[in-house]
Amino acid sequence: MEIKSNIKKFSFYRRKTANVIMLSLSLLAALVTLAPLIFIFYYTISKGIAHLNVDFFTKLPTPVGEPGGGMVNGIVGTLILVAIGGGIGIPVGIFTGTYLSEFGHNKFGAVVRFLTDVLSGVPSIVVGVVAYTLVVVPMKHFSALAGGVALAILMIPTITRTTEEMIKLVPQSFREAGLALGIPKWKITLMVVLKTAWKGIATGILLGLSRAAGETAPLLFTALDNRFWSTNIFQPIASLTVYIYTYASAPYKDWNDQAWTAALVLIILISLLSLIFRIITRSKYKTTN
Amino acid sequence: MEIVKESDTHKKLQDYFRKSREKAGASRKTFLTKILGNNNLGDIFFERLTLLFAVLVFLLIIFMGWEMYSHSILSIRKFGWGFITSTTWDPYSQVFGALPMIYGTLVSSFLGLIIAVPLGIGVAIFLAELAPSWLEKPLSFLTELLAGIPSVIYGLWGIFVLVPWLRDTVEPFLQNEFPNSFLFQGAPYGFGMLAAAIILSIMVLPIISSISRDILKSVPNSQREAAYALGATKWEVTKIILSYAKSGLLGAVILGLGRAIGETMAVTMVIGNRPQISTSLLDPGYTMASLIANEFTEAASELYLNSLIELALVLFVITIIINIFARLLVWSTERKWKLSPI
Repeated sequence: MEIKSNIKKFSFYRRKTANVIMLSLSLLAALVTLAPLIFIFYYTISKGIAHLNVDFFTKLPTPVGEPGGGMVNGIVGTLILVAIGGGIGIPVGIFTGTYLSEFGHNKFGAVVRFLTDVLSGVPSIVVGVVAYTLVVVPMKHFSALAGGVALAILMIPTITRTTEEMIKLVPQSFREAGLALGIPKWKITLMVVLKTAWKGIATGILLGLSRAAGETAPLLFTALDNRFWSTNIFQPIASLTVYIYTYASAPYKDWNDQAWTAALVLIILISLLSLIFRIITRSKYKTTN
Repeated sequence: MEIVKESDTHKKLQDYFRKSREKAGASRKTFLTKILGNNNLGDIFFERLTLLFAVLVFLLIIFMGWEMYSHSILSIRKFGWGFITSTTWDPYSQVFGALPMIYGTLVSSFLGLIIAVPLGIGVAIFLAELAPSWLEKPLSFLTELLAGIPSVIYGLWGIFVLVPWLRDTVEPFLQNEFPNSFLFQGAPYGFGMLAAAIILSIMVLPIISSISRDILKSVPNSQREAAYALGATKWEVTKIILSYAKSGLLGAVILGLGRAIGETMAVTMVIGNRPQISTSLLDPGYTMASLIANEFTEAASELYLNSLIELALVLFVITIIINIFARLLVWSTERKWKLSPI
């Protein structure tokens, strides 16, 4: 009896059917996963393009009820915030990554590696709260600097880990060749290893920067918002993402429409960032070859 | 070097090395050499410099916890454990209890995971086991693109596309089909737990699928070959691979959970933002992250602000624990296969 049921259980057709069903389910999962991507891009482009005009890039936001206006301050604000974040986060990330790959083959290195992974899981809003207590509380007012610090903390894990992984890919023979020529190790690391790995590191930096450009939560109470033109890093500053949030949650139709445009511009901005970076790194890479 | 007698060898060698060091200028007893030892200064300096930054990153995470603790001391002293067990969040009477937010955070994240886990692991199986390599690369790229979309854009899409769809189509349908279910009570606003769960599932999908894919790929091919040699079908092989990789996959799921718990903007925009505990999926709720996002700039009193920072601290501790646990699982699985001889 038992053998018979086992034969039935493991019958050829049954196994074949299970195979086909499960494999099609996994294909289906892949398709379902891509659906939201297509939806989101479709809506952002089709709804955002309606209000995309020159004014959006050249004018300040108008008060409620007054149509038109743009978000030039938000675009510039986002760029300034990302620049501050990068200015702090990139060096920290690269040096830490260099330490981990060149000198970090010990317990301390393992701990730091682990903690950077853990840090990348800390919610961005928590990082915002830390930046608030760290910068806004002592300065007694909201500022672009505080927002930049929050973005820097968010960037560090990505840049650190990519730097480490990319440096690991540089062949050991490059280092040995340098050492054989009597070049000190620090020069080899800076001028041979980092230069070789530069392209990969740049990808990590780019990833960090584009994530930072899309962050909203940590800016809500650090960089705050600013309806006017401001490039002062010690004052509150506008950003595209915070605009999207406030404009989307507001009960005004023209604000909602502009939120879509801002979303489209943000996506374009992030793509441009990646394009520019790719061009820069390509030329850099050629000269070193 | 000239040949020397046995008895002189040691002394002469010492002399020789001293002279060559002097030539290289390295034996000058400067202040720095005293500290750093008799080594190449540049190397030492460079190593210490990079070490400094590594220490900085190491201290950062401890510092973050301490910073939040010291800025929430008022509410910690006043409410104690009551902060996480009380259900009243009332800024006007200065009473702050975070239980509705903790409930909202956990429930929305778990619901999101219920949707995302089968899909994410399905995608991972497809990418790691089935897809031909020409399809795998672009598909992986697309799922990672999904991870790169800013969370506020998910929220925007949620408000104007997902919520109206839920309100007009899905939620009335659910209420018609299951009129007595405790899950679908109350007016169908669209904004609520269900919308948050769906948005969260979309957002954690790329994380779960990409980490699971890496884990499945790290299982050595000899396992697959052995199973095929015994006549297993592709799905049976996949089952074997899944059972080998299960602790790593669990890690991937928990990492997704960590992300869902900390997700702020998209959830804030669709969950309805009402501090209540309700079993109905259609009712609005609140999460810790959204409460911080909404009320931080409005916090008028010290105690209010301290309570919000304490809420951030609670969120921080939860995500840290989740992340440590998940990373350990992922690491141990990947390492197990890297080290194994087969």
